[in-house]
Amino acid sequence: MDAIIIENVSKSYGETPAVSAISLSIRPGELFGLIGPDGAGKTTLFKILVTLLLPDQGRATVAGYDVVKDYKALRQLVGYMPGRFSLYPDLSVQENLAFFATVFGTTIPENYPLIQEIYSQLEPFKDRRAGQLSGGMKQKLALCCALIHKPEVLFLDEPTTGVDAVSRKEFWDMLRKLNERGLTTLVSTPYMDEASRCDRVAFMQTGTVLAVDTPSAITNRFTKPLYAVRATDTYQLIQDLRLAPFTESCYAFGEFLHLTVKSAAVSDRQIDSYLLDNNHRNIKIHPIQPGIEDTFMALMTQPEPTA
Amino acid sequence: MNRIRYMVEKEIRQLRRNPVLLRIMILAPIMQLILLSYAANYEVKNLNIAVVDGDHTTYSQRLVGKFRHLDNFNLTGYLSSDKKARQTLLAGDADLVLVIPPHFERDLEKAGSTTVQLLLNAIDGSKAGIANGYATAIIRDFSADILAETKVVSPGVVSQLTIENQYWYNPKLEYKTFMVPGVLFELLLLVGGLVSALNIVREKEIGTMEQLNVTPIRKHEFILGKSIPFVIVGLGLFTVGLLLGRFLFQIRIEGSVALMYVFALLFLILCVGLGLLISTLAENQQQALFVSFFVLVLFILLSGLFASTENMPVWAQWLNWLNPLKYIIEVGRNVMLKGSTFADVSRQFFVLGGMAVGLLLLASWRYRKTV
Repeated sequence: MDAIIIENVSKSYGETPAVSAISLSIRPGELFGLIGPDGAGKTTLFKILVTLLLPDQGRATVAGYDVVKDYKALRQLVGYMPGRFSLYPDLSVQENLAFFATVFGTTIPENYPLIQEIYSQLEPFKDRRAGQLSGGMKQKLALCCALIHKPEVLFLDEPTTGVDAVSRKEFWDMLRKLNERGLTTLVSTPYMDEASRCDRVAFMQTGTVLAVDTPSAITNRFTKPLYAVRATDTYQLIQDLRLAPFTESCYAFGEFLHLTVKSAAVSDRQIDSYLLDNNHRNIKIHPIQPGIEDTFMALMTQPEPTA
Repeated sequence: MNRIRYMVEKEIRQLRRNPVLLRIMILAPIMQLILLSYAANYEVKNLNIAVVDGDHTTYSQRLVGKFRHLDNFNLTGYLSSDKKARQTLLAGDADLVLVIPPHFERDLEKAGSTTVQLLLNAIDGSKAGIANGYATAIIRDFSADILAETKVVSPGVVSQLTIENQYWYNPKLEYKTFMVPGVLFELLLLVGGLVSALNIVREKEIGTMEQLNVTPIRKHEFILGKSIPFVIVGLGLFTVGLLLGRFLFQIRIEGSVALMYVFALLFLILCVGLGLLISTLAENQQQALFVSFFVLVLFILLSGLFASTENMPVWAQWLNWLNPLKYIIEVGRNVMLKGSTFADVSRQFFVLGGMAVGLLLLASWRYRKTV
């Protein structure tokens, strides 16, 4: 049976729908990513799954337990790390960990092997107040606290938001290692570059799932030719390209624009001459392989998800 | 059990780490106890009295002289007319004006009776009432003197009713004796109700509440874990207050100290229940502070801490049925000053017990709904 089964779950806050009829299954031992911009409904879905919110409609099970009916049993089995740092800033690293261990009816030594690798990095600071840790350290402590009762399913809501690039990479390495021990993990993130670190990802937008697949399969869905384009006046370039007859879509990606054209018949020379006609200088155009972000952008603008 | 113990340990540890709060929690109530007991005072002293003497005789001088030699009165001077008297009152230069009519002495001697007029500034009604009482007593005293002098009959034959006052339970009529037992419990309301509400709402604010909600911690474990530390701190504070009352204010505890502690414990549980309820209603500390402040001020003003509840309008007395502070102050004063036993205050015990249970049930019901 799947570790997490979500069937037709909806939740609204007053008139505003946060999650609309989402269905998903996550297999045991998967590292599953929920990718989507802020406000896509990721946190709401998480809160439903960790028994903090009741869904308006639909049902969901985690580790075989219904999130509404069996919430008491479920709480012993899930580890949840909310998006905001939510430990006691006036307790030390060790006291926070010991507190959550006790609340879950366990002790630090009992489940130490699970957190050893992460906690060993925190150990030099174990008497420091949690509020005085750096961002990356806080995340590690929060992860330890979410793991201390040896959960079967781990929920991490935007664990890398506001964390520097090096710490983010480290964090994903840790998640991968935990996953190798067989821990089912659901991670949400607004960073699309992190999607490739997951076994499978679901793209979410405005409360719905646009696509679910492995990262490589998702990028393979992108069939149209893609070019990276650059010129001196980036702003004018994006305006002109969006007006061009051959353009499917055009977005800024760092110093280059990613241009999707309507058919393979459109060549880079055709684009080049169009831009020259529009008085652009220092034009550089080369075809590129689509990344996961390109796919997401394409999915977002598509009216019907291809999933 | 282990969880509750650890919750309590955690709370106490956090409290110790917050030296500012801890100091405020201990010092502020003690300051309040001392200040309120000394400063909030209904004894009326230094009443400014002015006199319009229309007679200028020995008798009128004697009457005025009686006011001169008392602590409570401060003779500001003579005024020439009734009009001046009104102006003086209006300007606030005098609290009361004694108007002695012309022919005061003659009427007293010939007719055996006369009248004087007292004009009182009654903006502060209770102060005016007390001033009136004092002044009337002095005038009556004067009239008794005159009566004794002018009547040839021996005083023994005059059938005169004298009243000897004996003040029980607070023989010196000291205001602080009346205040201390009340303030003592008012402080518990502050610590148990306000601080506990803020503490729990803080967990909401920093997100640890949500984190706790996904753990298997049970509702009663959370509630007990949160309440016990405040009950402990409250009892410690209560002890300090009792000691201050005994040694600083020299108030002997007539009743049983154990009974006082039983009520303090009951009242603290009630207060923490109130704090919990407020914390389930408020989203952040600001809201919690305002709600608690509103409730506390209402409780304190209606409680009879400052003004006797029996003199309040009927609707206020009805409201007071729901005011735990009213009951506990009754208990505090009766047990401390009168030596009341449990049987005397059992009604209050059951009312407070019922309120505590009610508040805790309401709070845990609300708490479940917010999860």
